[in-house]
Formats: sequence, C-alpha cells, structure tokens
Amino acid sequence: MTPLDDIDRDVLNAIQDDLPLSHRPFAEVAARIGLDEQELLARITRLKDQGVLTRFGPFFDAAAMGGAFCLCAMAVPEDAFEMVTELVNAHDEVAHNYQRAHVLNMWFVLATETPEGIDRAADAIEAETGLAVRRFPKLQEFFVGFRVAA
Amino acid sequence: MTLGTTDREIIRALQGGLPLVPAPYKAVAETLGLSEARLVQRLAAMKETGVIRRIAAAPNHYRLGMIENGMTVWDVEDDRIAELGAQIGALSFVTHCYERPRAPPDWPFNLFAMVHGSDKNEIAAKRAEIRTILGAASRADDMLVSTRILKKTGLRLGQKR
Repeated sequence: MTPLDDIDRDVLNAIQDDLPLSHRPFAEVAARIGLDEQELLARITRLKDQGVLTRFGPFFDAAAMGGAFCLCAMAVPEDAFEMVTELVNAHDEVAHNYQRAHVLNMWFVLATETPEGIDRAADAIEAETGLAVRRFPKLQEFFVGFRVAA
Repeated sequence: MTLGTTDREIIRALQGGLPLVPAPYKAVAETLGLSEARLVQRLAAMKETGVIRRIAAAPNHYRLGMIENGMTVWDVEDDRIAELGAQIGALSFVTHCYERPRAPPDWPFNLFAMVHGSDKNEIAAKRAEIRTILGAASRADDMLVSTRILKKTGLRLGQKR
C-alpha cells in the first residue's frame, strides 16, 4: 500500500466525524480541510480500495432498532478450537469473534433482531459444542469519544 | 421501538455503505423511489432515536498500524462505576466501554474497556493509564489480549418482517 500522505491523514481525521445531511455533504467536509469535493471523494474511494477504511456510511445501533447485542465467552479446549470456531462462526448472529489469551479464550458478540434471539443463539451454540456460553450483556454503555488519529 | 417499512428499506440499502458521489442521499433516494428530502428526513429521525449513531468512515485499525488490541476488565466499586466508566470511555484510545454483570466466582470484573495500539507495550501503557485513573476504586483487573480475529462482519438485517 502507498504510504498515507498528510492530506490523507487530514481526510481520515475529518471523515470520522458525522457527515452532514445536506445535498452536497462531501463539499462541506472538503471545504473544512481545504480540498475540493472531487479530490475528497477520490481520496475516500482510494482509502477504501486500499482497505484503510472498512466502510463509509451509517453506524447502526441494533439495540435501538429493538434488537440486541450480547458479548459472550467460552473456554474452548485447544484441540477442539478450530472445530468450535467453525460451529460458532456458522451462526449469522455471531457478528465478530476473537481468540484471546485467557482461560476464556473465545469472545464473540451476538447481534439479534429481538432480545429473545440472544439466548436462542447462545443455547444453540451450547447444544452444538457441549461447552458453556458465558453471557455478558451490557448493563450500561459509556460514551466513547474514540477516533483513530491518523 | 420497531422500525417502519421505509426505515427498514433505507437501512438495508445503506448496510453496505453510502455511495461515494457528490449527492449521495439523492442517489440512494432514487434507488428507493423516495425523494431526497424524504430520505434525509428519515435519516435525521433515525439519528434522533439512536438507530443511526453517525454517518462516517470506519477505519481499519490494522491497516493504520494498530495491530494489537486488549480487552481490559476491572472490578470497580458499584457506587463509583457511573462516574469512573464515563471517565474511561472519554479516553481517546478506548473504543468500547461498558458496565457488564460480574460472574462469580471466576469473573469479578464489571467494567470492560477496549484499547488499541501498535504493539504490546503501547496497550500495556494504556492499561496502566486506566489503572491510574481508577486507583483504589478498582480491586482487581486483567487484560485479555487478542491473538486472532476469528470472524468480523458488519450488521446484517434479515429479509423477513
């Protein structure tokens, strides 16, 4: 990948903020960082093609749509790890899944359209794997001001 | 809350992202047979209710060199968690910050804060920074370092309903 130049960094920092709901939103953002609209769009497109951006668009909150998220963890024996990974990942409700260095070595997020869907999916995974699915639903979310400083 | 049909169609159309064209809302509205004004009105309403948090870029941490992530977990006094959780969430390097239930006997932790960095030392330094803020209000902590991504997908809305 070509290294990011200073303008790319300005672009990356600017486009992590909320895009205006206007007719020409990219023109507004471009003006803020001293670019023209075409140049900004070309750079966003290139950053996306290079994989620097995963996507550009709305961040949806499934919980606000009546759905639910739940962080889950399992203690998976090393020799069964690949098999269990396949069984877990095969569920569409599993949004992402990470191996972590701990007794609880598999951590994944379930995202379902209804709150009842969480236990349904977790129970199904328990039945398929014979392993407990520990559930850590959120009690409270703290506002995060995170931005990647490019 | 439940979503109306129009909102579900809008969400489905935007799951893959917003088109990178000068008038993106107009382009999306046309594919849905809506006016641009109507689409913008629904997007504004969904922001109001929290269904849409923001319209923005999702950077790939790995491609920006932030290849390490650690899930730091803390056992914070219940009567201080609201105040301290808000402080930890506000740190620039924390991407997710939640209060979750403790699960005794082996899981005493109730505050989860995800940190990212370019190497193990950097995430260790960030964990130390959180520890300084929490001080004696945290009785125990741990950091679960990610060793492998097993799956990563965005939100997918079903076709039913």
